[in-house]
Amino acid sequence: MSRVMPGPESRRARDAILGRLRAASIENPRAVPDVAAFYATRTALRPPDAASRVERFCAQMRGWRGEVVETSSSAWIAALAEVVSAKKLQHLLAGRDTWLAPQLGARFAADQLHWFDDSLPSFKLQLFERYDAGITTTRGAIAETGTLMIWPSIAEPRTLSLVPPVHIAVLQASRIVETFHDAIAGTGGADDWAGNLPSNALLVTGPSKTSDIQRVLAFGAHGPKELIVILIRDDLEAAA
Amino acid sequence: MNAPDTHTMTTSAGVRLHTTANEVPVNFVRPQDFKAKARAAVADPQLRENFRGAMDFLIDRRAAHFSDGDTFKQFRSMGEAIRQHALAHLPELLEQLEAKLTGLGVQVHFAENAADANRIFLAIAKAQRASIMVKGKSMVSEEIELNHAMAAEGVDCIETDLGEYILQLDGDRPSHIIMPAIHKTKQDIARIFEQRIPNAGYTEDVDELVRIGRETLREQFRDARIGVSGVNFMVAETGTLALVENEGNGRLCTSVPEVHIAITGIEKVIARFDHLLPLYALLTRSATGQAITTYLNLITGPRRAGEKDGPREMHLILLDNGRTQAYREEKFRATLQCIRCGACMNHCPVYTRVGGLSYGTTYPGPIGSIISPHLLGLKATRDLPTASSLCGACGEVCPVNIPIPDLLMKLREAARNDDDQLIAPLQGQASARAALEVATWRMWRLLYANAWIYRLFAYWAPRLRWLTPSNQAGWTRSRTPLIPARRSMRELLAQRRGE
Repeated sequence: MSRVMPGPESRRARDAILGRLRAASIENPRAVPDVAAFYATRTALRPPDAASRVERFCAQMRGWRGEVVETSSSAWIAALAEVVSAKKLQHLLAGRDTWLAPQLGARFAADQLHWFDDSLPSFKLQLFERYDAGITTTRGAIAETGTLMIWPSIAEPRTLSLVPPVHIAVLQASRIVETFHDAIAGTGGADDWAGNLPSNALLVTGPSKTSDIQRVLAFGAHGPKELIVILIRDDLEAAA
Repeated sequence: MNAPDTHTMTTSAGVRLHTTANEVPVNFVRPQDFKAKARAAVADPQLRENFRGAMDFLIDRRAAHFSDGDTFKQFRSMGEAIRQHALAHLPELLEQLEAKLTGLGVQVHFAENAADANRIFLAIAKAQRASIMVKGKSMVSEEIELNHAMAAEGVDCIETDLGEYILQLDGDRPSHIIMPAIHKTKQDIARIFEQRIPNAGYTEDVDELVRIGRETLREQFRDARIGVSGVNFMVAETGTLALVENEGNGRLCTSVPEVHIAITGIEKVIARFDHLLPLYALLTRSATGQAITTYLNLITGPRRAGEKDGPREMHLILLDNGRTQAYREEKFRATLQCIRCGACMNHCPVYTRVGGLSYGTTYPGPIGSIISPHLLGLKATRDLPTASSLCGACGEVCPVNIPIPDLLMKLREAARNDDDQLIAPLQGQASARAALEVATWRMWRLLYANAWIYRLFAYWAPRLRWLTPSNQAGWTRSRTPLIPARRSMRELLAQRRGE
């Protein structure tokens, strides 16, 4: 199939548009705004207690109607299985090549757990019809707004956290940062975003929703109707 | 390739039906008819109630996030700086963005106007042999009338944002840039679904209506070869397109179909990735009073080697359509700082009373009144800059500090005068100039510049007040007639001095 490339009309339009923009006089153009400095001045205003980050994340996420199941690094698979049975989720979809996969594979039977191995569009019909829940890892989370950071990948495609009606996301508490800026600046231990962006990077805050009908908030618009966070807290392990 | 998508859709109940998209003739309003439409809207109590309720709701939601005025001011000056920096370097940033995207495998097209943009859409649809496109919310696609241009060529462009979908089913248009179906009640929507979606039945239950919308559009997402989206911000540094949404339809449109076409205005580019953060924070809080939306979808190129989904082919269409005119003069350039949050319309006393549809433009309200003259020319839009009491609320709440009231004044001037100091005139400049108005102001100037004429006038006006007509054209439509006082101020003062 021939790909539509920008044609001669587009090139003419490009030159004309850029020409008109260049013809405009710009007096005293601003220096590059320093967003890092801006957020640095705001750090004084943030909650000082890093340990309460987990609580803030949980409270915010629950506020957006996301469920949070707090567990330990040895019990997470049992906690996840409990959610699956409580919600009667028959068909689960997950990525084969993730740190979750060995335990998922051991826990769930092959007729209940399926791996996202095939590419779209051949897998589309099955993807839209069959699965009750998609299970993904997360890159981390943001306490301030109760937000998950998700970078889809070869192992965990974009649609894994999008098409099944339930999204189960596994999050390590140690990867929760205070603000989005902490995450992209790498101060929270995450990598540099700008130099490293995948084809799709997502912030996800609660299940999908809409207020388009007379301002009434309704959940489950086009994305997942439910979002369940399996939160692995290392401190729970120590206490146990 | 796969079988081309079909022109019919199947509901989850298995009933086949013709696509509902674009069958209903669209309720078309021209900006020239603003005054008549506004009068009709003001006389419609239901419409006014819908808007008043919705705007109060949005005002309160926003206020809850900016209760601390200093935080708002700090973010706003950062947002303004980022947008002004981007505009000052616009040609270079567009070239950097184009190079970055091309390197990632994205086809970058430039379009002078709506016809150019639609031609590119059509060429891609033809190459894909696609008869359906699924579209996420995009005001620029409204600006180019994409749905109708595609329908004319047999391509169904299906709105998937719930609000936009409701309007498409009803042949209606968005009345607000963030909440497009804000002018409809749930009863209206229940009736539309009952009539337009087979087996939907009549229900006023909002969860049920949302479920019907979800089910009906599900297979369109699955089967469409082309997904269309707008863009909230483009990052020149990384070639990233940022999409802000709550429903997930934008993610579906940009993740499931084989081809993704994004369209936006040339002004939406910003220099650096971290510049996105303050703008995103300002956008969600100003628009719907949310600290954050459900999704921030950051797209950096099409599907990469080994990935199992995402579009294999990706296009970006950069539209001018009058934006370079606004860019040309420094005083109008601020118009392009806009991040399309809609706060100015939510806080506008005129918008709240006349509703978004009266304007007859893609962008209604205060921002629409300052951007539309560049997109459509001042001739068609000459009444819009006058649709303001100049109360200043729009400028006060603007998250990027656009001096909207000043720009409204400048456009009013430009609509009436061609002897402005503008280097190159605006399209349609001086088209609102009316002989009677010009003559009236000349008389006024004469009267107030010459003491003896003024004295003559002040003597005769009270004495001839019985001659004043009771019908004074536009003035008496909603006001009592202007009648000179029984005695002029000069006479009253003379009398007092005499006493």
